[in-house]
Amino acid sequence: MPAVTETREQVEKLGKSSYEWGFETDIEMDVAPKGLNEDIIRLISTRKEEPEWMLEWRLAAYRSWLKMKEPTWAKVTHPPIDYQDVHYYAAPKKKDGPKSLEEVDPELLRTYEKLGIPLHEQAMLAGVEVPEGEEARLPVAVDAVFDSVSVATTFRKTLSEAGVIFCPISEAIRDYPDLVKQYIGSVVPVADNFYAALNSAVFTDGSFVFVPKGVRCPMELSTYFRINAKNTGQFERTLIIVEDGASVSYLEGCTAPMRDENQLHAAVVELVAMEDASIKYSTVQNWYPGDENGRGGIYNFVTKRGACRGARAKISWTQVETGSAITWKYPSCILQGEDSVGEFYSVAVTNNHQQADTGTKMIHLGRNSRSTIIAKTISAGKSDSTYRGQVKIMPRASGARNFTQCDSLLIGDQCGAHTVPYIESRNMTARVEHEATTSKISEDQMFYCRQRGLSQEDAVGLIVNGFCKEVLKELPMEFAVEAQKLLQISLEGSVG
Amino acid sequence: MNAIAPITLSLEPFAARLSDVKGEDRKAAAGALARTGLPTPRVEAWHYTNLRALSGRIFSDAPVGFDESAAQAALARILPPDAAIAALPRLVLVNGRFAPSLSSTDLPEGVSCTSFVQSPDFGILASPDREGMVALNTALADDGVQVTVAPGTQAGQVVLVSLALGTESDVSFHPRHSITLGEEASLSVIEIAASENAGAYLHNPVLTCAIAEKAHLTHVKIQQEAENAVHLATVYADIAVRAAYDSFTLGLGSVLARHEVHATMHGDHAAVHVNGAQLLAASQVGDITSVIAHAAPDCISRQTVRNVLSDRARAVFQGKVLVERVAQKTDGYQMNQALLLSPSAEINAKPELEIYADDVKCSHGATVGALDDDQLFYLRSRGIPDDQARQMLVEAFLVETVDLVEDEALRTVLHQALAAALSQRVGAAEKTA
Repeated sequence: MPAVTETREQVEKLGKSSYEWGFETDIEMDVAPKGLNEDIIRLISTRKEEPEWMLEWRLAAYRSWLKMKEPTWAKVTHPPIDYQDVHYYAAPKKKDGPKSLEEVDPELLRTYEKLGIPLHEQAMLAGVEVPEGEEARLPVAVDAVFDSVSVATTFRKTLSEAGVIFCPISEAIRDYPDLVKQYIGSVVPVADNFYAALNSAVFTDGSFVFVPKGVRCPMELSTYFRINAKNTGQFERTLIIVEDGASVSYLEGCTAPMRDENQLHAAVVELVAMEDASIKYSTVQNWYPGDENGRGGIYNFVTKRGACRGARAKISWTQVETGSAITWKYPSCILQGEDSVGEFYSVAVTNNHQQADTGTKMIHLGRNSRSTIIAKTISAGKSDSTYRGQVKIMPRASGARNFTQCDSLLIGDQCGAHTVPYIESRNMTARVEHEATTSKISEDQMFYCRQRGLSQEDAVGLIVNGFCKEVLKELPMEFAVEAQKLLQISLEGSVG
Repeated sequence: MNAIAPITLSLEPFAARLSDVKGEDRKAAAGALARTGLPTPRVEAWHYTNLRALSGRIFSDAPVGFDESAAQAALARILPPDAAIAALPRLVLVNGRFAPSLSSTDLPEGVSCTSFVQSPDFGILASPDREGMVALNTALADDGVQVTVAPGTQAGQVVLVSLALGTESDVSFHPRHSITLGEEASLSVIEIAASENAGAYLHNPVLTCAIAEKAHLTHVKIQQEAENAVHLATVYADIAVRAAYDSFTLGLGSVLARHEVHATMHGDHAAVHVNGAQLLAASQVGDITSVIAHAAPDCISRQTVRNVLSDRARAVFQGKVLVERVAQKTDGYQMNQALLLSPSAEINAKPELEIYADDVKCSHGATVGALDDDQLFYLRSRGIPDDQARQMLVEAFLVETVDLVEDEALRTVLHQALAAALSQRVGAAEKTA
């Protein structure tokens, strides 16, 4: 992008609040009463037209949740959450008729248009006009989740021709009950932790992906999560199953309106990779972070875990975390298969009063399993950011290998950056290496940039992008561009 | 990680003695313990070290008297053979109590030493509400040494021996030591914890060090307790402007050992070294835990800890570097490495950075692995037998940490202790592996 455009964009943004996704869509909603009890769970299950076993599964999760306590070990603080003061189900009122893109409420389509999410297959397929200097983009199939339900899923026909199932999980529970029953809760058990149990009880939608043996998914799959309604929580559940020799790349994005109260987002993502399968899961997390005084914002308490079940299976997590008032998230890999591979690439940016406690777990069970962790943490304003990770080598994992690198960058003297790795090795042939650094943007670097005419903010943007380069290059192209812009915006006002 | 950790660990092993404590400080400590119990793996600071080994036993007070000639013989065996070291002033404790008859009376000028029982002072650094084992010590402290170095005194070296002598099993002693250095003073302490003909005892020392402006304390510790002993030590060091606390701990003995250091730099341009090495075999558990706090600007901290583990040994390293908001221009470095020599050995490491200041340079690293095949090949290809080659590599790995100690006399003592332990252990361990 030419520098002039960028500068103009920057200047234009100065006038307004920097969270440009903070609008609210006025749409007729079907909302369940506030509170959580077995009746609400029955209501969700009925609305979703779920089979009996699913309801039982939810109720079992709810009963174990009642016995659990909120985890307190993370380095985050927040006032107690009243779990009874939340609407656990909120969906746009459905009009009658078959569900196709044309029938989706135009108000909703406009919302996604504003968010820059392509829901029109036609426009994409026609190729439209590709601006000069930009490559024609490959189409991306999108599942759009609005509050509690999926409102549209594109490219389903193309995908089903390839044998790939990509649909809302509520639909999968109805249409592919055997698949769902076999895998749901197999990576993240219902009572795994407080938030996972809560999610298992009340999840409303999310995406389901199944890639059969030997199929390379013909396009990127993407889910776009949007919290819109007030006083709701979003509890989505994603399940991705990739069979022997198959592969998929999946992207996830999220935004929410600006509100003064905090909203809860507790998702569960489960990935299953069989022999020689490969899953690439990328997230650009941009929930509303709250205002500069720390009012409002999303509590993002997410459990993400993948299992490399077969030999040579590979799971790669890439995340760019810029949003949310509080992030509590540890995408993990259970490396069961021989020669299986786990990767975690992360950029977490906190500004103002944001708090992030994020990292990963790599559990090595298979022989010669390998894992790589690259985590970049940037703290600015009055925020606190923690990398918390675990590398565990079990006795059977001979020849296992891990490399971890955590770097923190502090901008300003009111923020904090913390690194808490847990390294546990029970096999002598395994090699584990961990390194971490903390530093600030050096005066030399700034001077060099300023001397060449860059503004202070641009200089910071440039240096931060360089700092994160190792992670950003792992993102699919469109996402990488978006992520770079997000980094710049998140850090706005943090210097000078 | 411990699979199922009990929520509390009963105080039963010490209950009778705790109910009988006198004095405000001791009562407060016993009260704090009664609320929390002994630390369990549920407590983050004890995540990897389980005190189960203490439960189901009743620990009694150590006997007061001891056999003088047996003590002399034990000292002759324990103290480093080096003549220069033998000539150094020494302070000796037997079963947790100061033994004047075995200690030097002619301390260097400017250095004074009193025993804890003469004037019990718990100090303010080690407060019981922070640490379970400190609270236990406060409640039950029998004796200890209180060393004071007058301002400007270059006091040289002092040997501090803690000897467990001929005790029955299930005896515990809780010495409380303090070292106070006046401005611009310096002192080197060689602390040796050892035993002679002793059963499964518990040694729970607490040492507080107050290091005034521009003073320099070197503290080297060799822990070679009895093989069934439990050694749980806590050190608090408070470091003023341009002062330094330079420490090294060598962990060789005990079935369960923990060396916990809390070093806080309150003055600018202070320096801290918390280095260490552990050589563990059989089913030994060795834990080095430290919290290095930068509470003033322009301070420097260095930490290198290395572990060599054979058989079913398990090492724990928990190192936290805390940089407070005021501590700009901090320079912190921390490295933890482990060499696993057996399929059943285990390492648990948690190097932690907690940073609230932006103009800092902090880094840490950790590596875990077996002996390097390339290095082994290099030595074998030059005709060195396998056993010997392995021993050379292990020795080199550990000696590098010992070399971080600046004081030459202290370094020599450590080299000797390490060499002796290696010749005993590694050869045998390697054959079984």
